[in-house]
This record gives sequence, C-alpha cells and structure tokens, in this order.
Amino acid sequence: MTALALKKPPPMDVASASNDPRATDTPITQRRIGDVVLDVQNISLSFGGVKALTDISFDVREHEVRAIIGPNGAGKSSMLNCINGVYRPQQGSITFRGKTFKHMNSRQVAEMGVARTFQNLALFKGMSVLDNIMTGRNLRMKSNLLLQALRIGPAEREEIRNREFVERIIDFLEIQAHRKTPVGRLPYGLQKRVDLGRALAMEPKVLLLDEPMAGMNVEEKQDMCRFILDVNDEFGTTIVLIEHDMGVVMDISDRVVVLDYGKKIGDGSPDEVRRNPEVIKAYLGTSH
Amino acid sequence: MGPILETIIGGLMTGMLYSLVALGFVLIFKASGVFNFAQGAMVLFAALAMARFSELIPQWTGIQDKFTANALAFIAAMALMIVCAWLIERFVLGKLVNQEGVTLLMATLGVSYFLDGFGQTLFGSSIYKIDVGMPKDPMFLFEKTFQGGLLVNQEDLVAAGIAAALVAALAAFFQYTGTGRALRAVADDHQAAQSIGIPLSRIWVIVWSVAGFVALVAGIIWGSKLGVQFSLSVLALKALPLVILGGLTSVPGAIVGGLILGVGEKLAEVFIGPMLGGGIEIWFAYVLALAFLLIRPQGLFGEKIIDRV
Amino acid sequence: MIYRENGQFKTSYRADQAIFPIAQDRLFIGLLLVVAFVVVPGLASDYLLRALLIPFVIMSLAALGVNILVGYCGQISLGSGAFMAVGAYGAYNFFQRLPGMPLVPALILGGLCATCFGVLFGLPSLRVKGLYLAVATLAAQFFADWMFLRIKWFTLDTPSGSVSVSNLQVFGLPIDSAVSKYLFCLAMLVVIALLAKNLVRSAIGREWMAIRDMDVAAAVLGIRPMYAKLTAFAVSSFIIGVAGGLWAFVYLGAWEPAAFSVDQSFRLLFMVIIGGLGSIMGSFFGAAFIVVLPIALNQFLPAILGMFGISISTAGISHAELMIFGVLIVWFLIVEPHGLAKLWSTGKQKLRLWPFPH
Repeated sequence: MTALALKKPPPMDVASASNDPRATDTPITQRRIGDVVLDVQNISLSFGGVKALTDISFDVREHEVRAIIGPNGAGKSSMLNCINGVYRPQQGSITFRGKTFKHMNSRQVAEMGVARTFQNLALFKGMSVLDNIMTGRNLRMKSNLLLQALRIGPAEREEIRNREFVERIIDFLEIQAHRKTPVGRLPYGLQKRVDLGRALAMEPKVLLLDEPMAGMNVEEKQDMCRFILDVNDEFGTTIVLIEHDMGVVMDISDRVVVLDYGKKIGDGSPDEVRRNPEVIKAYLGTSH
Repeated sequence: MGPILETIIGGLMTGMLYSLVALGFVLIFKASGVFNFAQGAMVLFAALAMARFSELIPQWTGIQDKFTANALAFIAAMALMIVCAWLIERFVLGKLVNQEGVTLLMATLGVSYFLDGFGQTLFGSSIYKIDVGMPKDPMFLFEKTFQGGLLVNQEDLVAAGIAAALVAALAAFFQYTGTGRALRAVADDHQAAQSIGIPLSRIWVIVWSVAGFVALVAGIIWGSKLGVQFSLSVLALKALPLVILGGLTSVPGAIVGGLILGVGEKLAEVFIGPMLGGGIEIWFAYVLALAFLLIRPQGLFGEKIIDRV
Repeated sequence: MIYRENGQFKTSYRADQAIFPIAQDRLFIGLLLVVAFVVVPGLASDYLLRALLIPFVIMSLAALGVNILVGYCGQISLGSGAFMAVGAYGAYNFFQRLPGMPLVPALILGGLCATCFGVLFGLPSLRVKGLYLAVATLAAQFFADWMFLRIKWFTLDTPSGSVSVSNLQVFGLPIDSAVSKYLFCLAMLVVIALLAKNLVRSAIGREWMAIRDMDVAAAVLGIRPMYAKLTAFAVSSFIIGVAGGLWAFVYLGAWEPAAFSVDQSFRLLFMVIIGGLGSIMGSFFGAAFIVVLPIALNQFLPAILGMFGISISTAGISHAELMIFGVLIVWFLIVEPHGLAKLWSTGKQKLRLWPFPH
C-alpha cells in the first residue's frame, strides 16, 4: 500500500468513541472517531408529487465510516445529492462543521472539503484518466487565463505540481497503465477507480461514496475496500458510504443509517441495525 | 384605437401563419427528438411541388376544372412528400439512431441544403403562383364601431382558421391515440422505444409524412400569399423563436407562441421601431424568445427536464 | 515502423505534457511549418493563394474559435457569423476613427469587442442548454445583422452601407500582395492556435470539457459552470472576432453586413463538425474541406457531367452544389460523426503498427 505522504495523520482521539464498541477492540480496528462533522436535520425532498425523502435526520462523526443502506429507490443517492447541492430539499437543514445551511451550493460544498463519487460514474467520457483526475485539482489551480495561454512560469509550475499529486493518486489506485486512455474505453471496475481518484484529488475531509462497489467481482471489491480503508486510515477522511453488499457494510463501517421509501428506519452500529426488525422487514419484505 | 387594433389583428394572423410552419418542428421533435432544420426547405419544396403540379396536371390530363386540378395536384404533392419522408428515414435518420442532438441537427441541415438544391433542379427556380381559391380582397369589420371599419385580410383569416383546425387535430392525435403515445415514447428514448417493439422506422416515416403534410398546407397558404419563392425556406428561421417560446414539445404552445410573437413583432415595429432606426422585425422575435427563455427555460408549455445523477 | 514512440522515454512531467511529445510528430510539424511559411509562398500561384489558401487560413482561425465553444465546452452556437461581424466592424472603427492606429492592435481591439458581445449573448447559456441555446445564439446573429445595417454609426455613416479598408501595413511592410496577405494571416493563425492549444490542455480546458461532458459532476468538483461557460464564450468570440477582422480587412477588402450572415454561421458549424469537435487539428481539416469543396465542385462538376453528355448551366451548378453539399454533410455524419480528426488519429494508430496489421 503506497503512502500518499502529503498529510500527517491527525492525532489519536479515543475519547468520544464510547458509542462505538469497536473503539476498545484490537488496535487494527481502533478508530479515531471525533466530533460530529456533518449533521443532517429533518431533510425532506420531493419531485413534483414524488416524495424522495421524508424528514431525514442523522449525523456523521469525524474520521468514521458511516454507511447508508436501504432497498433500491429508498432515497440514498438523493440524500447525497442534497448534501452536495445538486438537489435543493424543500425542508430541513444541513450543518457542516458548525455552519448551518438551508441548501447547499455545490461550489461551497467542494470548497469545504466534501468530495463525491457517483452511482452512475459521471466521469468525463471525452477525457483521459489523467485529465479526469486532474479536474479534481481545479479548486487548487489559481493561474489566470492569460498565464495559462502562455504556459510560462507560474502556470507551468502549477500544472506540474498538480500533475505530481495526481500521479501519486494514480499510483495509490494502481491504474498507472491506463493514465492516458480515454475513460470511456476502460472496463467498469477501473472506471470506478477513476471516479474515486477524482474525488480523492480534491483532498477531501469528507468523502461521499455512492455504491463504489456496484457491479464488481470479489477481487475488485477487496481492492476497493482496501483503498477506502487506506484513505480513512492514512488521512482520517470521513467516509459516508452507500452500499448494498451487507458483508462490506458490516465489516468496514462504524455506524449505519437505514433508509426505506425515503424514511429513516434504523440508525446505529452494524450489529444493532442487523437485528432491527424494521430493517429486516424492509429488505426481506412482508405484505405491505 | 382603430389602427392599433388593426395592427394587433394583423399580428395575430401573421402569428398563426408562422405557427403553421412551427407545427412541423414541434411534430417532429415531439415524436423523434430531432430538431428538423429542414422544415423550411420542406415548406418550399412542398409549395413548389404544388405549384408546378397544379400547372402541369391540366397540361397532362386535359382537366380544366380548377378545383379538380388543384385537388389532384395536392394529392400528387402529398405523395411526393411521403416519398421524401421515406427517403429521409431510410438514408438519414435510420443511420443516425441514438446519436447526439447536435449530430441530428446538422444532418437535418444537410437535408435542408439538399432539398433546396433538389427542389430547384426538379421544379425550376422562377417564382410560381399558387391559386387555390383563397379570397384576395380585404374585409372591413366592425364598421359601426370604428370609422371605416377595421381592415382585415380575408386570406389571412381563412389561413388562421385552417391552422387552428390543424392544431386541434394534431393535439388530439398526440394526446388520445395509441400512435400518439408511441410517438411520445420514441421522442424520449429511441433505443428504449425500439427495445419494447415500437417499429422505429415506420413511426418515423409516419411522423415525417405528417410533418410533410403540415409543410404542404403551410406552403400552399404562404405560397398563395407571397408566391412560391426562395424566401419561403427562410420562414423556418422566423418560426424558430416561436417554437422556443411555446416549448419544443407542445402543439398548443406553437399556436400560443405564434400569437404572442406575431402581435409582439408588429407592435414593436410600430412603437419601438422608429426609435431604433426601423427594421427591428428581424431580431425582435428572437430577442423576445431569448428573454423568455431566461425566465422559463423550457418555454411556456414545454416539459421540464430533470437530470438524474 | 517509422511511427513508433519506442525508446522515447520522458523523464519529467514537463516533457510528457508537451504539445508534441513524440519526436516524429515534432518533425512533421516542423516540416509543415516550413512548407507553409516558405515553400507555399514560393510556389503557389496568386489565384491559389487568393481563392484557396487565404480563405483557408482565416476560416481555420474562425473554426478554431467555434471549436473551443462548441467542441470543447459543448455550447452549441449558431451565432458565429455575428461574432465575426462584431470583430470586423469593431476593428474597422478603431482603425478608421483613430488616426495612426496600427493594424494588429486594431484587429485585437476588434476581437475584444467581439468578446464583450460574446459574453453578453453567452449569458443565456447559464440558463438553457442544447437546442434552446442554439436558438438563443441565433438572436445574436440577427441582432448583429440589424445592428450593422441600421445603426449608421458603425459604418461611419457611409451611404451605401458597405465599407472598405486599404493601405494595410505591419511594421511598415505593406500587406497588399497575395503572398504578404497569406503570410500575415498565417502568422496570426499560428500564434493564436498555439495560445489556444495551451488553453485547452490547461486547467481551464479541462473545466470546459468537464462542463461539456457532465456538468453536474463538474459542479460537485467545485467547477463553477458560469465561469467556465462565460470564459469559453469570451475566448471563442475573441478568436472568431479576430478572424472576422482578418476576413474583412485582408480577404474581402470591402464588405457589407451580408458577408457575416447566418450562412456563415452554418458554414463554421459544419467546419467544426466535419473537422472534429474538440480537436484543434480538426478545425483545420474542417476549414480545408468546406473551403475547397465549392471550388472543386465548380471546376470539376461540368467536366464530369460532360463525360455523360449532360450540360449544365451556372444556376444548375449552384443547385447541384447545394445538393452535393447536403449529401456530403449527411454522409459524413453517418460515417464518422467524430470528424476528420478521428480519421486522422485512427490513421496514426494504424501507422504505429505499420507494416503489421494489428
């Protein structure tokens, strides 16, 4: 596992790990769970007559791995879209690092350090892998148009600096051989990695992953898990993860939120949620 | 008051005439998701066909009765438009299934160039007359309320009536028939429609034929008014802002858009025109549509597009 | 096996990011520049220069500008003719009204006028996309048509409505012969093309392409759609404006608003689509195609038809041109929607393997 040696891991903080039984486990699973960094309050979202989300509230603590699960159509992606400012909820608010917003502005959210991968990839099909990941660095590239056109001095140096950073991400995700390939030509599993790489390029504090392992075989899932856990371990990035694979969810998450038909039906540690009768009903289905 | 009303009425009717052309756009877009830049060329082509056939049929068959000759010419021109529709589907649309919008747009531009050249090669490029018995004399309405009455062009009035009838028929067709629903499915997603068994090519031939019919009617009306000449194909460019205003997917929108723009244009020319040096008709409709778009991007009656991420 | 990059290893990011990282490409471009700047002026006839090469160079520049907007940033624009007009009339006003204004600054100022116009009429792109945007850009086209026809101030109140320039010179060197005109336009083209290429491979270029490909994802990354779209309009209109100035000053000499009508806009769009969207090189290919086609048809069509015993009038030729043009457009779109540039890069791929088939 290559180390992205650009940020020192934040100091250990075991104090508020009391909620989490894992915190007192063996050192491997010891998490440095911190304070609440993202707090979603009473979010309701509807499209015309369709209610996508009804009164959803949950919080996310720093450095944790928070999973959002639920049957298809439960509103999980819509929830992430609200956090990113793609959708505007009709009600509710989102508090990020102490600042409360009624609805988010995508650019602000990005500047505050929230990055995202997409269920349907949303990669830039016309660009190569390298260029796709470089777009993640855009917030940090400050040269003006004229300098970029002349490609001298500061613009050139900035481009090279950011290229170096992106190359390290490419190393980390083990996609070196494909860096110049147009992303449209890559197999699905690799495209998912590029999506992750693009999000990582933003050096996010919170990473929202929308079904990062969908459509992957066991080996690819193991790779992806490894990457996600590395990111969480090395940089303390908070992970919010939508995932269908229960094995993965139970293994790597600290806490889980369960949504069904736009409502929250469960919230707690993986074990608690697994035993929750509402959750079992939602997944296995009884006569409604 | 009188002159203003005349201007408004004139504008309303001109608007209806533009709507006739716009209907073709809306039809094809609604049913195949293609923006047909060739609609203007189709109007010209249809008008040319009608004009020449109505001249030639008496020569070929010896029928002297105007009405019969015109009717036969109409049928012949319509047949030609159906053949056109079939050819366009076969050689252009069928090969470009599910390509991006820009590609299809450019393809229809190519078709429009071709039709322009072909029409003139086939039928010649002089100015032709169409005479289907439209009343040419002006009419005076409300002679008691306004001194001298309001001058209204009878021909325009009849044309407006025809346009209204056509729109009503088409709107009903889309809303209430099975074929209409199938057409709407096709407009949404070609591949999906194909995969549920909708016969794409047949549908497209039908749609383009209906659009051809609309073009023929529009061509006859405009041709009867202006004579059949090249400027007819430029009509399409006048109809575009109308379509945008009304919403690309709405048949009634085409009419409403036409009325608004027809009146707006005339009023603007009368009141604002002198301040700006005159001749603002060429851009007024566009700028109005533009301003409208900023407030309501999908047009008056168009469907809102929601991106799913 | 001549086109292999075997053995050409890059040891710095700078080298890897060069415009032409493969040595054979650099050689080819070097040769091309030599041919363009030295060989062609020496060998080409006046007719060839005036009828083909000068329009090709200027139209390539315009197509480049259109490609940045339509190809790289994905904003359909049918108003390019208007931007050319604003560039031309802007340059004209600066040139004629300010005594002693040199040619190149006048052209650049014209370009800046086009930039303002472009940004203004690009504002709708913040609200609408695709087809609706295309129609909005037509508003720019017709507005410009009217502006230069009716507002006498722009044409310095000439009674006829058409304007002309003469006595062009750069640093004291007169630009009146075909060769000097060609070299001047070529120099402008090369400089601006280089700047444009730099832009499209930098951060702003990636922003444009991101907006084109998936604007929602781009927004989530922190890219501001407004900044990206308006800069695309700005840069694109600047380039098209300068091209318009060149077209008017150098190629036409005397012109009226009809020179920049909606037909010109369509021509530019065709160039970009046939040449290849999102490709600097594609702009050149497309311009070459559209410039050469009518001339080739004019020359060869009567001869070919004569072989079949069909004689054709000049009106007939122009009708035939329209038909053939239309057919070629459609054919091209069916066969290679990504344009000539794609054919070129496919060809290069095959060249890498040659003489092996795969």
